[in-house]
Amino acid sequence: MAAIAGHQLGFLDLIQLDRAIVRTGSETSAGLARVKIALIGSSTLDHLVAPIRVAALRNRLLADMHLGGYGQYRQEVLNPHSSLHEFVPQFVVISIAAKHVLGSVPIGTSPAEAEALARDAVDALRILWRTLRDRHSATVLQQTFLNVEPPLFGNFDRQVPASPTSLVARLNDTLAAAAREEGVLLVDVARRSQLDGLDAWYDVTRWLQAKQEIAPRVAPLFGELVARTVAARLGMARKCLVLDLDNTLWGGVIGDDGLEGIVLGQGSASGEAHLQLQHYARALSERGVLLAVCSKNETTTAESAFQNHPEMALRRSDFASFVANWNDKADNLRKIAKDLNIGLDSLVFVDDNPAERARIREALPMVAVPEMPQDPAHYVRVLAEAGYFEAAAFTNEDLGRAGQYAANAEREALREQYDSLEDFLRNLEMAAISGAFESGDLPRIAQLINKTNQFNTTTKRYSLEEVKTLMSSPENITLQFRLLDRLGDNGLVSTMIILPVGNGVFEIDNWVMSCRVFGRDLEYEAMNTAVDAVRERGGRQLKAAYIPTAKNAVIKDLFPRLGFEPDAMTDAGGATRWQLAIDAYERRRTQIRRKDAA
Amino acid sequence: MSTRQEILQSLSSILSALLGDDSISLDMGTRREDVPGWDSFNYVNFIVGVETEFGVKFTVADVESFPNVGAVVEKIEQITAGAAGRKR
Repeated sequence: MAAIAGHQLGFLDLIQLDRAIVRTGSETSAGLARVKIALIGSSTLDHLVAPIRVAALRNRLLADMHLGGYGQYRQEVLNPHSSLHEFVPQFVVISIAAKHVLGSVPIGTSPAEAEALARDAVDALRILWRTLRDRHSATVLQQTFLNVEPPLFGNFDRQVPASPTSLVARLNDTLAAAAREEGVLLVDVARRSQLDGLDAWYDVTRWLQAKQEIAPRVAPLFGELVARTVAARLGMARKCLVLDLDNTLWGGVIGDDGLEGIVLGQGSASGEAHLQLQHYARALSERGVLLAVCSKNETTTAESAFQNHPEMALRRSDFASFVANWNDKADNLRKIAKDLNIGLDSLVFVDDNPAERARIREALPMVAVPEMPQDPAHYVRVLAEAGYFEAAAFTNEDLGRAGQYAANAEREALREQYDSLEDFLRNLEMAAISGAFESGDLPRIAQLINKTNQFNTTTKRYSLEEVKTLMSSPENITLQFRLLDRLGDNGLVSTMIILPVGNGVFEIDNWVMSCRVFGRDLEYEAMNTAVDAVRERGGRQLKAAYIPTAKNAVIKDLFPRLGFEPDAMTDAGGATRWQLAIDAYERRRTQIRRKDAA
Repeated sequence: MSTRQEILQSLSSILSALLGDDSISLDMGTRREDVPGWDSFNYVNFIVGVETEFGVKFTVADVESFPNVGAVVEKIEQITAGAAGRKR
């Protein structure tokens, strides 16, 4: 069914597929993350439930849905006994019509009054957001406001503060700023409707007939926007863009046409189209998406193009992995995922060749393979609107990621120079900066906890707000680790949350580490630090659990490796439980120097 | 252009898909209350399904006052005949 959901579906197909999902929910769930999504708002939303469920499946999620009553969203959030609260949502989608929050505004309203109106409207929403967050730690997905009102003046509307155009624009700006402050995510239908046209999104007949603000025709798209955002929040967005070369990053075949013969850059419309894709890939890389090459070419030929072609916007160093050979591309994608230490389901594969795309879809269904159009002019649009790289945060780590992977390639090269791992590690001159969670690092901490899938002991997810709450009780131990070496700063790469359970016993509630620093013995250094922190609080025993998922087998033996003993308590779900007597802990010496936080 | 019987068949299969009931067979006299589960939510879905299938757009007055399936069929005939007439 997930495969069917991957196709573009007509309205009726979607409803039938949804019925099948609901009927077979538990059987379908193998390998899918289950998620509880509530949908509340001011207009009729019934028709959006099935599309969200189907789009969730396309995004590898099995959604359990709750629909609020028509126009009842405020009562449902504020009444602690409402069916919304009984449902215990993880995500709450709030869809509200602009008219509903603004009411009727006199056209003579001053700019200051208009600003106050928007602020009051958004402040009223903040109360709802906070209630949902405090009560259920739910992530709120707030739909941006559509401007469905006709112009009053026309071109002059934007210069009148109380015109619908001005008011809705101000409302959306105020909303976005508040959402950023409150950790709320947006479902930006206002942006998307500019692409499709308001008439696609808002059908006045449906509004008058059934008070549907979102037209049924775009309901599948609405569902997709919601599901993508949910998936991104759960750390399931894609991480790496894998690009073919010939007829993708440039026109022509470099092996046949030569460096001078390929079509790229100014002077030719096709050349500029390919260049646009390069610029877009570069921009993605700058916001933290990894780039890789997967091409059927000689490595030297392919690499020389990046070094020697004057119009090339991408550089060889922009790629975290570069695979050009004559092997099967499915094998090469496996190699890229392994090189970068990420899952195959983190890859997006862009190739102009339908046969290669079909091969990957068949061999590696977890890799995203967009159907590229014939005309390279549309490559960027197709890639951008597919939403593979949705984000729930944007941090300094993202900005530095490309450089860190480039440094990692250097580290790999360095490793090969040394005979033993120990020599290599010693020569890296590593230093760890550790301490309790810093409030300035909160966005990165939340991102690390929510996006890390491999080195993640319990896969418990925490929102930024929950992390803040944890930090506020002094009996909780929070630890963050930053790793430096002579090739650069690896950034904040590990976090640990240790909670007291009473009687001098503490438990590791969650411990994550970025895959970028595997194999550096940081886990030993982190445990040394953790044991110190527990001892400082008079703790005598540290407990831990390993809860297996599809992705964290790499740390199956982590706790015994660190000296933990099996705990008497066992678990039916395959989880293993461990305990460590603090006094019996034997510190492991590593090549990582401790450095105090600046 | 579709015959009346063909239109009725299309409408039946649209409603069958919506309600998940393959036994639905609409005729000109069928009213909403004759079909179990054909509530106002599924009425809107039905209208959207019909508009999509036949490439037509009903007016607000149309969707408000279809007394039975026959009225929908006649409206489709009227709109598509008009469109065919304009094409000629």
